[in-house]
Amino acid sequence: MALFWVPLLTCSGSLAALFTQRLGRSACVAISALFPAMALAIILMHTKQVFDLEQIRFTASWIPALGLDLSFRLDGLSFLFAILILAIGLLVMLYARYYLSAHEAAGRFYAYLLLFMTAMVGIVLSNNVLQMWFFWELTSLTSFLLISFWNHRSDARKGARMALAITGAGGLALLAGLLLMGQVVGSYDLDVILNSRELIQSSESYLIMLILVLIGAFTKSAQFPFFFWLPHAMAAPTPVSAYLHSATMVKAGIFLMARMFPVLAGTEAWFLLVSVTGLLTLLIGAYVALFKHDLKGLLAYSTVSHLGLITLLLGLGTDLAAVAAVFHIINHATFKASLFMAAGIIDHESGSRDMRKLNGLFKYMPITATLAMVASAAMAGVPLLNGFLSKEMFFTETLQQSTLGSISWMIPVFATIGAAFSVAYSLRFIHDVFFNGTPGDLPKTPHEPPRYMRVPVEVLVALCLIVGIFPEATVGKLLASASIAVLGGDLPYYHLHIWHGFNLPLVMSILAMAGGAAIYFNRHVLFRIQANFAEKNESVIFDNAVKKLRDASRWLMDGIDTGATQRSVFWLLFLALAFTLPPLMGLNSTAGLRPQLPLDPVMIAGATLLCVCSVATVIWHNNRLLSLLLLSVVGLIVSISFALFSAPDLALTQLSVEVVTIILLLLALYFLPQYVRNHSSPGLIVRDLSVSVLIGGVVGTLTYAMMTRPLDSIAEFYTANAKLLGGGTNIVNVILVDFRGFDTFGEITVLAIAAIGIYKLIARMRLFQPSANIEGIPWAKDKHPFMFEIISQALLPLALMVSCYIFLRGHNLPGGGFIAGLITSVAIIQQYIAHGNDWLVPRIKLNYLTLLSSGLLIAFITGVGGFIWQQPFLKSWHDYVDIPFIGEIELASAMGFDLGVYLTVIGSSMMILANLGGLTTADRLRPQNREAK
Amino acid sequence: MELLFAFCVGTMTSCGVYLALRGSTFSVVLGLTLLSYAVNLFLFAGGRLMVNAAPILKTGEQITDPLPQALVLTAIVIGFAMTAFIVILAMRARADLGNDHVDGDPPDFPKAKRGGDNRS
Repeated sequence: MALFWVPLLTCSGSLAALFTQRLGRSACVAISALFPAMALAIILMHTKQVFDLEQIRFTASWIPALGLDLSFRLDGLSFLFAILILAIGLLVMLYARYYLSAHEAAGRFYAYLLLFMTAMVGIVLSNNVLQMWFFWELTSLTSFLLISFWNHRSDARKGARMALAITGAGGLALLAGLLLMGQVVGSYDLDVILNSRELIQSSESYLIMLILVLIGAFTKSAQFPFFFWLPHAMAAPTPVSAYLHSATMVKAGIFLMARMFPVLAGTEAWFLLVSVTGLLTLLIGAYVALFKHDLKGLLAYSTVSHLGLITLLLGLGTDLAAVAAVFHIINHATFKASLFMAAGIIDHESGSRDMRKLNGLFKYMPITATLAMVASAAMAGVPLLNGFLSKEMFFTETLQQSTLGSISWMIPVFATIGAAFSVAYSLRFIHDVFFNGTPGDLPKTPHEPPRYMRVPVEVLVALCLIVGIFPEATVGKLLASASIAVLGGDLPYYHLHIWHGFNLPLVMSILAMAGGAAIYFNRHVLFRIQANFAEKNESVIFDNAVKKLRDASRWLMDGIDTGATQRSVFWLLFLALAFTLPPLMGLNSTAGLRPQLPLDPVMIAGATLLCVCSVATVIWHNNRLLSLLLLSVVGLIVSISFALFSAPDLALTQLSVEVVTIILLLLALYFLPQYVRNHSSPGLIVRDLSVSVLIGGVVGTLTYAMMTRPLDSIAEFYTANAKLLGGGTNIVNVILVDFRGFDTFGEITVLAIAAIGIYKLIARMRLFQPSANIEGIPWAKDKHPFMFEIISQALLPLALMVSCYIFLRGHNLPGGGFIAGLITSVAIIQQYIAHGNDWLVPRIKLNYLTLLSSGLLIAFITGVGGFIWQQPFLKSWHDYVDIPFIGEIELASAMGFDLGVYLTVIGSSMMILANLGGLTTADRLRPQNREAK
Repeated sequence: MELLFAFCVGTMTSCGVYLALRGSTFSVVLGLTLLSYAVNLFLFAGGRLMVNAAPILKTGEQITDPLPQALVLTAIVIGFAMTAFIVILAMRARADLGNDHVDGDPPDFPKAKRGGDNRS
């Protein structure tokens, strides 16, 4: 449980920072720092257990079926990283208190910082790789927010965007790699993965997995060729650089490689990929750092170079190299964070970071200068400081590998050259800034920073010294437990001493020192050579690449989608054809073995009429009224065929829907343009004709093939239980209101949504109303013929009675809520047509919206009713009741549901038609008139 | 009979698809209506064709498969809602855009340049 509190506390700290913002910077930092301090205390409480090589775990089950648990673990490696993250985080928070000015949003800054801290501890403590990946991406997001903290600056925004794009893309690669790993191992649990070395390394996808995971690590840790985002991220406030870009986030990639070291390392591929990348990064970073005039630029490239060094060590793959890597992680975090903070102090107190202006600052800020000099010396690898120890170990390891065969000697040589450059830029940092003349044209007169701004630097520099002099006593156990976690087994023999005797690594160190000094004092030669190369701005290159990508995707999209609906629909249909034709070709014969029905003349006549009318609809589709009439003939024959082939319910529904649809379309004719333009070119017509004939052919073939094959239906259950469980003999109706009642409930909801959508579409519609037909003949004067009025009025009660009858018998005989609702609607619509809107509105006091919603509500309540008797949603109940004079009738809860369906259908169809019809009346704009409906 | 039925479904599909590919909204509405008839018949045919076998329980009579019928019944009603929605949408488009082309701008009028946003 305790482990779970660590990310939870830092996350709560983030909220605390937001809430205490208005109390001022000091209060804000004091309160929000309590949370990571407590988290650090929790971690430190486990010190003894970790040093005794125990692994502490916390697991809470989340989605066990998917192998997703909330799962944390603490071992030596995560212990080391958690301490680095939380302790340096606290120092950075103190430092930032003085770095940020009073008018900046300190609360927001600390909220981001603590959120980032949460993500980092999440990565190092996760015991599930997917969970780790989640936190990994969270660091990308929060670092985006932190880098762009000064979001008024364009370089900050660009730098943040670049960092997010590179590390985010790397994160996706990592996810793919982790998913592959999880597939191979069969678990996403880190414990299981770490024990599956043989399984992973012998799997076919090992190389892909390795490359994907390494892309994730390399992008995060700014390795070649992805390192360019890191210098641009220096647009961030300096506390962010000190924290993210020296001690934590860039180390996440290193952490990942160290974490996966037991399962991924030890192969030829690992050695080549990781060590060559590390070596290249080490050299390029060290070389470029020397030429940066910007203090933070120098430190950024130096960070790139040191990260390359650690990567190279991990790449070497030997046990001792891994120990050296862990040791250098600790050392680099301490000296680089302090150097960044010192650079921030110089920037803060002198107003510039340009080393061409910053000279001779020692006079103005002697204490800061001394601290920075010690830290730089550690970076250069001067004896008695921690950087020296890990660098010696590094040299030793480069000498002891022989993996490159006869050219293995190159690695120590390049390592020495890299170290020499590292000495050179460290010297430049010290000599250029603090000595070498007097300050140039600075915006401020430099002076010492506030007392407490220096404290974090002092703490870190003191650590550099203490670790450098008493390595075994200070970090011995920490290093040992972390190294064991990396190696996943026994610790090799090593001893942390300052003096190892006069040996080859020491010679390399001396060479690097002398070479570094020589390079620095002859740097003008190098600067001249470098001036011959045009300086590349990665930001511009990156922007251009993004622009090209965007242009390419736009070009592709414009090619696929021209914005023409007809074209899109055509391609959609074409694809449908392309997918359905091949399987049909695989069918041996079109006709199956099922016996077919005999033909009779009536059927032939009906079919002929149907086909002729369909084709005629197409031929005369520019003649609107004629095509509509032909279409209604098709609809009628469809309903007749339902009746013929034993589907009375469908026939009734189709018939009533047909009436409503045709009335609706007739109304639409009034408003739509009277001319139907022919927009199509002959080529287009041929294209559409061919695709539609082909599709018709496919559908016809499918229908025939399906109908002539034996039926293996799942309907037996419904047939057997309709009476028993549903209490009705009309199986279709029982299915609708009982067995599949939930589906029906969904369907009437869709109907209601469509009706309400239509209501909104109509509400603000301003339509042109023609006063005459296409030939200029005005509309008939007698809108509501007397005979029609009388007959329809007489028909109304009759129609309502029929619908009532259809509704009541629906459970046992053809009928039910859908059909009854449609019949009632038709009866009411008839009144509208016969008498007109103006006459009817005051007489028919029905609010269709209320009708519709009460229908849905009734259906819902009937469904929920089951809960009272501890039954599932829509569980039906039925019984027989004896009513005097009428006799025994059956009451089923499904009847209530059907009533809901009935009301919804009336409400929806009337809302559509009455509102549309209302548009034709002259006073349609009067709001209260619309309200009445 | 099955062959004739399949032929009818095929014909209706063809006509529906062709009309749905036209440029003016009313033709598209006609096409979709025709297409939904065809689809309903196709789904219904999933239960095979039988005469005089309505799915009403009576003792000792053979009945047809009720399941496709239940599916098609709601499909008919939803199809009506869809047709209505498209019709009203077409009318609204005509009211707001002044024409009845499916893209809102007929090809014989000068076509507005399709704008992609050029923000970076």
